[in-house]
Amino acid sequence: MTSPATAPALAEPSTSARRSGGARYVLGKVGGAVVSLFVVMVLGFFLFRVLPGDPIRLLTRNTSLGAAQVAELRHRYGLDLPLPAQFLDYMSKLLHGDMGDSLKFQQPVADLILQRLWPTVLLVGVATLLSILLGLWQGTRAGWRRGSGFDRFSTGFALTLWSAPTFWLGMILLALGGSLFPTQGILDPDTPASFLPQVADVLHHLVLPCLTLVAVLYAQYLLVMRSSLLEEMNADYLTTARAKGLRDDLVRSRHAVPNALLPTVTLIFIQLGFVVGGAVTVETVYSWPGLGLLLYQAITDHDGPLLQGLLLVLAGAVLVMNLIGDLLLRVIDPRVRAA
Amino acid sequence: MRIRGIGIGLIAAGIAVLSAPIAAQAQDTPQPKTLRVAVTGNIATMNPFMAFHLGDTEIGRVMYAFLTSYSRDDFSPAPGLADKWQVSDDKLTWTYHIRSGAKWSDDQPITARDVAWTFNKIMTDKTAATANGNFVANFDTVTATDDSTVVIKTKTPQATMLALDVPIVPEHVWSKVTDIGKYDNLQYPVVGSGPFTLTNFTQGQSITLKANPDYYGDKPAYDQLQFRHYDNADAAVQGLKNGDVDVVSGLTPTQYTALQSTPNITTVKARQGRQNDLLINYQAQTNDHQPVGDANPVLKDPKVRQAIAQSVDVKTLVDKAYGGLAEPGAGFVPAVYEQWHWTPSGTQEQKFDLAAAGKLLDEAGYAKGADGVRADKQGKPINLRLVVDSGIPAQVAAANFIKGWLTQVGLGVTLQALSSDAVTDAGSTGKYDLELNGWTGNPDPDALLSIQTCGVLPDADGNGNTENFMCDPQIDQLYKAQLSEMDKAKRIQDVKDLQARLYSLDSSVVIAYPNSLEAYRSDRWASFGLQPSQGGSITHQNGYYGYLLAKPADAASSGGGSNTTLIVVIVVVVVVLLGGGAFLLSRRRKAGADERE
Repeated sequence: MTSPATAPALAEPSTSARRSGGARYVLGKVGGAVVSLFVVMVLGFFLFRVLPGDPIRLLTRNTSLGAAQVAELRHRYGLDLPLPAQFLDYMSKLLHGDMGDSLKFQQPVADLILQRLWPTVLLVGVATLLSILLGLWQGTRAGWRRGSGFDRFSTGFALTLWSAPTFWLGMILLALGGSLFPTQGILDPDTPASFLPQVADVLHHLVLPCLTLVAVLYAQYLLVMRSSLLEEMNADYLTTARAKGLRDDLVRSRHAVPNALLPTVTLIFIQLGFVVGGAVTVETVYSWPGLGLLLYQAITDHDGPLLQGLLLVLAGAVLVMNLIGDLLLRVIDPRVRAA
Repeated sequence: MRIRGIGIGLIAAGIAVLSAPIAAQAQDTPQPKTLRVAVTGNIATMNPFMAFHLGDTEIGRVMYAFLTSYSRDDFSPAPGLADKWQVSDDKLTWTYHIRSGAKWSDDQPITARDVAWTFNKIMTDKTAATANGNFVANFDTVTATDDSTVVIKTKTPQATMLALDVPIVPEHVWSKVTDIGKYDNLQYPVVGSGPFTLTNFTQGQSITLKANPDYYGDKPAYDQLQFRHYDNADAAVQGLKNGDVDVVSGLTPTQYTALQSTPNITTVKARQGRQNDLLINYQAQTNDHQPVGDANPVLKDPKVRQAIAQSVDVKTLVDKAYGGLAEPGAGFVPAVYEQWHWTPSGTQEQKFDLAAAGKLLDEAGYAKGADGVRADKQGKPINLRLVVDSGIPAQVAAANFIKGWLTQVGLGVTLQALSSDAVTDAGSTGKYDLELNGWTGNPDPDALLSIQTCGVLPDADGNGNTENFMCDPQIDQLYKAQLSEMDKAKRIQDVKDLQARLYSLDSSVVIAYPNSLEAYRSDRWASFGLQPSQGGSITHQNGYYGYLLAKPADAASSGGGSNTTLIVVIVVVVVVLLGGGAFLLSRRRKAGADERE
């Protein structure tokens, strides 16, 4: 028996306990992310120094540079200093927001990364979004009617695309669609400088790389959605919903799908983190000027400062997205909150 | 909800596709006539003081004139900014007369003071010396005695004073630059003196240059030169087929052969200043003669090296490994530089002869074991590591042939096909026995020959420029002699003697001078200014004739040809997408609101 006067008093401690639990949860997750980022900073420095080969020598191979110029280049990039001194220099610059200069491009790494960031976000962002929509839609359909013709066909088709080598698929699409769509880049340099033609041209360039990326990405959403829907299929609440006389479509969309979505949300946020990482192969096939392509170029050129900067940005993006995913899951799934 | 989402998505997609013809139509309005060239390497910088990679320097060549140039016919020195020159009797003072009336692209006159300023900047600023410091290393002073006369005094006689590949920059622009290393040189239109003026550079995307009306030489027969960046050579070939680009270079033999039968495309098999050689590592050392690397000591024996040289059949390599798209190797200087190129005479030639090679090894005391592999003087079976870049199919094929021949004469070979980086690393640290390598030469042989001198051996920190580690007093002496010889005939003799000496040492075996493989759209372009004019290339020249003298085909259309089909297809796609979207939306509405729980 509870009197109206005591009810708020009883509720009070539980609310504050939940709040402090929430704060601890958030702080714990953020703290973990910060520590991980720091580890990446340190690791990035040593990782790229373990790579075989002298970057300056690779940079100047088969050029007319003399030993004096090679030594000067080495000095300019601080590569003539002992390793501990290089490390301190790197860390102190990084803490001041300076990622150093790229060996190959001779520009600040931060500028290069910023230039390449939006093409990647555009390409991989749009492709991820379309893959999620397509994957979830087909996964729901396939799971709901397991074993049907649609299920067998869509799952089989998605798996075939998923297992196709991205590079090969890209080249095939390029050969097939190359007469309708551009073969290179994000923007034709001859496009008039006004807004509408520029946007149209970017979209025109976007079609093939985006299509390639969707083709290889959407299967994972389809499969996760399908299997988590299958797990919900025999749940009692679906029987209840049917017993209420609800149409099958609505049982699926209002009851089964929301519950089946939870594992998919985690997957989506892990994937969103990789959006910034771009799609190295797709960007290479279509010469799309994104971060994936920059990463590929940095590796072929042994461009240490650029690799360090990229690693930091890419790892940072994954960490941030994971963090958001963790926090969001707590909001949408009460069971995580209770745990 | 979901269906409506899909409907909206379809409509959005329709609008996106619809937008394509808007862009296409915008391009149909009168467009400047453009030559579009695919580039597959990374172009790093437009700053001529910092540009030292092949792609970067090629752009620099069309933007800035040099003091002198190379003729289109045979690479001999030709006028550039200087139209006359003379050398003093003591061979130390060079006087150049700058052509009158030449103008920068901003209408300012080009004077001797610009030339003097450029060289002095490189001589006094370590950063400005990055790309071209080598050219001025022997300069004592550079002065402009008046607006049309530059006098360069050198420390020692230097025969390469008509081969100074240094872009001359306008003093009135560059004297205001405070930090050359950080200057991007992208203030459009970039003030230059070459046949084209830079109007846009988008990193990793494209470079656009406009014809420079103030250029002193021939004017191009079109308006705009554009380089488009491809990261993938196959995509560039596809771009050529689709008409996104007009010229593609650096084709593989497979791509070249496939394009030969493609309509509207003409392939070019060009001679170029490149050679491939098999390095034999027997004296890897630093510049204070400390041995480095881990080469098999058996290679120190000249007889073993000669046996290896005699086991390489360059003709078979050219036919089989290079698919006939190369010339058989001989002297160190590529065959395209005919004046300087050397071929061994009958008595000098180490002919391909496996029996003779085997006999040579027998006589030198390397007896074959039971398994057919010869043993070294310590009785250990000889095994040589042959390092090759796995990314160059012709070289990998050549390496397999060489391995076969060496095995036949009883020398064990382990083939190591590695990444380009790993090959460079093994080469520059001397950690190999045999390596397939390649060099690109200039019309003046000096730079290429310098690779074979003790002067480029690495210091203790690894600053050097050799993978062959050649250090021979006689070669150094011949190198010095040719550099200070002003009599061309005598200099040619020195250069040939040097190559003969190199050949006799068997420190490397030149296997081939590979052709440069290019292709262009013959429906749009009638001809290009090849260099050399007989059998030369369009791109990567020691000049800019390929682009400058390009002649558009008569009925050329610079846009994509299949516009009608394109528009029909796009319209159909749009109709289907919009119709599908509208249908789904209407169905959703009909489903009605009577399903509430």
